[in-house]
This record gives sequence, C-alpha cells and structure tokens, in this order.
Amino acid sequence: MKLKTFPHGIHPPESKDLTAEKAIESMPPPEKVFIPLLQHFGSPAVSLVSKGDEVYLGQKIGEGKTLFSASVHSSVSGKVLAVDNYNHPGGDSIPAVTIANDGQDRIFPELKKISNPFSLNPKDIQQIVREAGVVGLGGASFPTSVKLSPPKDKPIDTIIINGCECEPMLTADYRLMLEHPEEILKGAEIIRQATEAERIIVSIEDNKLKAFNTLKKYAKNSRTEITLLKTKYPQGAEKNLIFALLRRKVPRGRLPFDVGVIVQNVGTAKAIWDAVSQGIPLYQRAITVSGSGINKPKNILVRIGTPFKNTVAFCGGLKNGVDTLIMGGPMMGLSQWSLDVPVIKGTSGILAWVSSPSPLEYTCIRCSRCIGHCPMGLVPTQLMNFVKYDNLTKAEDWGILDCVECGCCQYLCPAKIPLVHWIRLGKNKIIALKRKKSA
Amino acid sequence: MIKNNSFIIQSSPHIKDKDSVPKIMYTVIISLLPASFASVYFFRLKAVILLFSCIAAALLTEALFLWLRKKPLSSLWDGSAIITGMLLAMTLPPSLSPDLAIIGAVVAISIGKQVFGGLGYNIFNPALVGRAFLQTAFPVAMTTWIPPALTKINTATFATPLGNLKFQDAIAQGTLTPIKSLFWGNIGGCLGETSFIALILGGFYLLYRCAINWRIPFGIFLSLVIFTGIFWLTNPEKFASPLFHILAGGLMIGAFFMATDMVTSPITLLGTWIYALGIGIVVGLIRLFGGFPEGVMYSILFMNAFVPLINRYTRPRILGERRKR
Repeated sequence: MKLKTFPHGIHPPESKDLTAEKAIESMPPPEKVFIPLLQHFGSPAVSLVSKGDEVYLGQKIGEGKTLFSASVHSSVSGKVLAVDNYNHPGGDSIPAVTIANDGQDRIFPELKKISNPFSLNPKDIQQIVREAGVVGLGGASFPTSVKLSPPKDKPIDTIIINGCECEPMLTADYRLMLEHPEEILKGAEIIRQATEAERIIVSIEDNKLKAFNTLKKYAKNSRTEITLLKTKYPQGAEKNLIFALLRRKVPRGRLPFDVGVIVQNVGTAKAIWDAVSQGIPLYQRAITVSGSGINKPKNILVRIGTPFKNTVAFCGGLKNGVDTLIMGGPMMGLSQWSLDVPVIKGTSGILAWVSSPSPLEYTCIRCSRCIGHCPMGLVPTQLMNFVKYDNLTKAEDWGILDCVECGCCQYLCPAKIPLVHWIRLGKNKIIALKRKKSA
Repeated sequence: MIKNNSFIIQSSPHIKDKDSVPKIMYTVIISLLPASFASVYFFRLKAVILLFSCIAAALLTEALFLWLRKKPLSSLWDGSAIITGMLLAMTLPPSLSPDLAIIGAVVAISIGKQVFGGLGYNIFNPALVGRAFLQTAFPVAMTTWIPPALTKINTATFATPLGNLKFQDAIAQGTLTPIKSLFWGNIGGCLGETSFIALILGGFYLLYRCAINWRIPFGIFLSLVIFTGIFWLTNPEKFASPLFHILAGGLMIGAFFMATDMVTSPITLLGTWIYALGIGIVVGLIRLFGGFPEGVMYSILFMNAFVPLINRYTRPRILGERRKR
C-alpha cells in the first residue's frame, strides 16, 4: 500500500537510535524550580503568588487572563523564593516564579478527580483544560483550550492526533505512544467530545511501526483510526499533515478550523486526559535529552521549571568540548546560550553536540533545491533576496508570512545560505510595520 | 566540565546536508571526464592543448577579477571556472589555434560571468558566451573541421555530420553519417561533442548525483524529437530522423552540461519545462530552417535570456493559495 504523505519535504538523518528504545525515566524534582509565566503562544500569565508564599504541587501560580494565554502551576511543593525576571529558553529574560522544593510533593488539595470524564459536556472540558494550563506540547505551545473552542460557524469533523515526531533525534512522543497508549486514545476521545467531531485519526510515521502496532491494538474496538504515514520531514507540520491525511488545504493565513480539523500532539492528548480524569495540571512533561554531546541520552519525565543543568546532569552530563545546546529538535529548535534555563511546557527535547566548523557561505547558484523541497510551495531564495534588499512588499506578495520555518530550504542549501534566518528577519520586519500601522 | 554561557547561538535549522557548491561543481567536472578522454582519444594532442589552455586561461581570468573586485581568492577553487574552461574547450573545433581558445576563455569568464558579479549572478552560460564571441570574431577558424585521428578521409571536403546534412545534401547523396559512428564518436565536430556514449555516461552520473535537473535534458529531447519527428514523418527524403538529431552535433553536451547550468536555468518547476521545451524547439528551427547547420549554442543563449522572465511568471502556488480568477 502506498503510504500517505505531502508533496516536497526532505529526509534528514533520523538519529533516533540513541534514545528510541529507552523507556521514559522519571527524573527526581530539583531543589529549585524556575517557572516562567510565559510558556505559551500569547500573553504572559499574571502571577498569583509572591515571595515567601507556601505553594503545593499543582497549585496555580500564574493566571492566564486573556483568551490567548495559559495558566502556570507549581511543579513542586515548597516556598516561593522570588517572582522576578529569569532566563527563558526563548532568549529574553522573562518574569518567572522561583520555588524552593521542600521535597514533600504535597499535592494541591483542590485538585479533583472525575470518575467518569466521558460524561462531561464540551464547556466543562474546555474549562478544565484551561484551568490545567494545557498547551500544545509539540513545540508551538498554542493554548489548547482555544483549539478546543472552535468558532460556532466552523464545525469540526476530524481530530488529528499528531504522533509523527518528524524532527530527528526526538523520541519522547514515540515513547509516550508505547508506554501510555490508553491515555492518549482516551485524551483523543475527550478532544472529540469537546469539539463534537466525528473522526479521530492518529497519525504515525512509518519509522515508528512499534508505536503504530501498539496504538492499533488499543484502538481495536473503537472508531479511532490509526494511520501510518511516510517518514518525511516535516510530516508533523500542521498544514502538511492535514493535506497528507485528508487532502484538504488550509487557506493561506487561516487555521485548521477553517477546514474542519483540529490537530493535537500525542503528548497534549495525554495531558488533556490527565487533566480531565485525574485533575492533574500540566506541571511535568516527557522530553528527550540526546545528541552526541550527552553522556547517557535518555527520555525523561521532568518537572516544568527544572534547569537544563539538572536534566543534563541526570543524563550523565555533557561531554568535553560541547559547544551546541538546543531546545527542541535539530531542525526547528532554539539555540541556548546557557544551561541555566528552565524546561518549559514547549520543551520537547534538549540536545547537545560538538558542532563541526561552519561551512563557507557561497552566493546562491540558483540550484532551486529550496524551491523543490519547500513544503509550503514558497521560493526561499527569492524571499531572501527581497528581504536582503528591503523589498518587504514584494516579500509579502511572494508569501513570506506563509513560511513555517521548518528549515528544509536551509538544510539542503549547497551554498549554506541562512535562508530561514533571512525569512525570519523579513517576517519580523513586516509584522513590526503592521503593528506600527495599526497603532 | 565545560564553562557555562559558552554555547554557540545560531538560528535553526542546526543540521545541514553535506552537499555544497564546490561538491556540485566537482561532480560536474568528474562527469565531463569521459567526454574529455574521448576527445583526447579522437583528437590527440590538439585536444590536450585546447583543454589545458582553456582551463588555465579561465582560472587566470577568474583570479584577476577576484583580485580586482577584492574578493577572497579561495573561491577560485569552487570549481566553476574550471567547468567554464572545460566546457568552452569541448565546444571548439579541434583545429582551432590555442591563442584563439585563450581569447575565448578570457571573454567567457570576464564578460560572461565576472562583469555580472561572479558565480551566481550571470545571465548567460559563460562558456557559451565565450564560444559565441569566437564564432562571430573568427567565423572561418570556428567552422573548419578536421577528421578524428583514426579515420583516413580527404580533409579538404570534411564536414561535421550536421554540416554534411545541411550543405552537402547528405540524404539524397546517401552519405548521411551512420548512427553507429555518432554513437561512438568517430566523427568530425567540436572536441567534446562527438561521442554520444561518453556524454551520456557523464549525464547519467550527474542525474545519479542529483547535480542537474532531469527535466531539462528530458524536455529538450522531447521537444526536439517531436519537432524534427513531424518533419521527418512528412518527408523522410528531405529531413533527417529525430534519432540523428539527438545524436549529432552539440545536442547531448548542450542538454546535459550547458542548459542544465543551475545559475542560468529557471528556478521553478514549470519554468524549467518551458525553458527546456523552448531550447529543443529553437534547436530544431535553426537546424532545419536556419542558416547554420547547428543551433544548440544559440538556442541555449536565447532561452537563458528569458529565464528571469520565466521565473517571474511561474511562481509555484503556495499551499492553500486560491487560483487567481
């Protein structure tokens, strides 16, 4: 059978062997956690605690006030040491709550279990998910409650549970599918109920056959479809995934809502189930710590706010000469300048290696590989030229804002041009101009 | 133990494919080796001298311009100047004197490439610019042909297969060059264009290494076969077969090594087809109805000129973009 897929894209080395067969280990919480109040797409949460307060594990410490925001919860029990700016994996210093762990893990008494979550109505589910501070765990950290509340005029018919994990080196989602298939499927069912959709499709790339078979076994008696996709990057990118599975094209500048689809990562589905059934807010997540620069690569379950330093130490520490530290996958992850940054909800992995000297940059020889492989159908080299010569109107005409920054173009570029960097610069300039105009 | 705060900050992606501009260029050079050896086999010392003088002149001119433009001399070894030199030599008649070849190489690099801003910015294929210059400046020297070293033919009336076809009424006379000779290359013609087998070997290597876009040679063959095929079917007494047109002259070297030059061919998928089909048709037009027996050089240069225009009007559709009304 021909596997479903999307046009274009690339095949970077998967490099998942380091951790694929390692079960998720629970990492003991650190002595101190640093929980940023902004860990999601949107506006920061507002702090509910101040220095000296005692907090419980799972207690809400930051409230997401606006629609595009999410609450944050304490990942340990103990005493608030500070509410102040702290390092953030995004690069800027951002307000964060520092909590000293008392080692007791006293659970917040107000968290309540629900015996039959499937009896909940959509409004309740949305409310619980919002309270639990669940955001998309694939990396973009879009507040999940927003995704669960589609506009009235846009009915949802299909829920896609994204288990592609197309980024090389990352294996946390794969392990989740192997170790927690039931929770994922139940979470998917809750999402379906919340949005009153008909179909659930769990999509998995064909390099994760074991996960496919496991989920298939658990989904045997349900309507949930488990679909195998071709292993190709970026198979898990929302718009490409929707096209691969349903042949629907999300219109430019719109959301999956517009074609009746909601896409949720497998980790998010599990987090939703945990929140709805156990009342557990999102205070921990599974991540992959890997790369040739890590002594003992592992998949670990880690508390939000744990400094990278501790996670790396838990995985045997860094090897000598490591000069590259990345949060996320090698294709779309963020470079980190320091190990003193906390794990946030969007941290899917921590990677470290010794980089080879950066190759010489040439001028574009118009080989057109960037165009032939762009999953969005863009012309990266031309966009770069527009941005370089500050022709932003033209760049927008040629679809610069449609770029998802997957990095295929730059990965392939034989001239080693930082195409994604130029495109990002152009996007930021255009967005800044638009803000100025509307202000 | 490493110090904190000592990591490299760079924007994603953090991994890169191993292919690079010099690798692509050296792949092309390797792919030209079979044809180079064939030329040396058929034309002996003359081929060696022409190849050597063209490559040396191309490299020296490139170096001079890099120095004038205050660019790092290291990019001399990206391979592109060597390719230009090799390709120019292969499109020259074996009897051409080396000093003219050197003039051609200097023109190719200076006017064909460096005045536009060097690698990546030229509009026309540099080697063909050099050849077009020689063709116009020294028309007699550029159309005097000698037979390959192995054949004993009266040199006074010797012509290339296409010249024979056009000016000596070869079909009626029954002297049309047999396909077998075209295949192995034991015929008259430019240095590197005579041996089909050597060129196709190099061409397949390029395709295998993904160093060229397969649509370009394929599109050129397709349109040339259709164009010449129509005339051949209507009047085989007057027109040569499509197979003859594919094998004869500079079509193979043009289709695999010159039209496929990344810098001077379109960057969009649809554009590539338009460009390739256009080259095939123009080659057919010149060969069948033009004043020259051969038209590969002019057809590629002609379509090169349209590339920016083609690129502009063939932008691929963005995922989720609606068709314009």
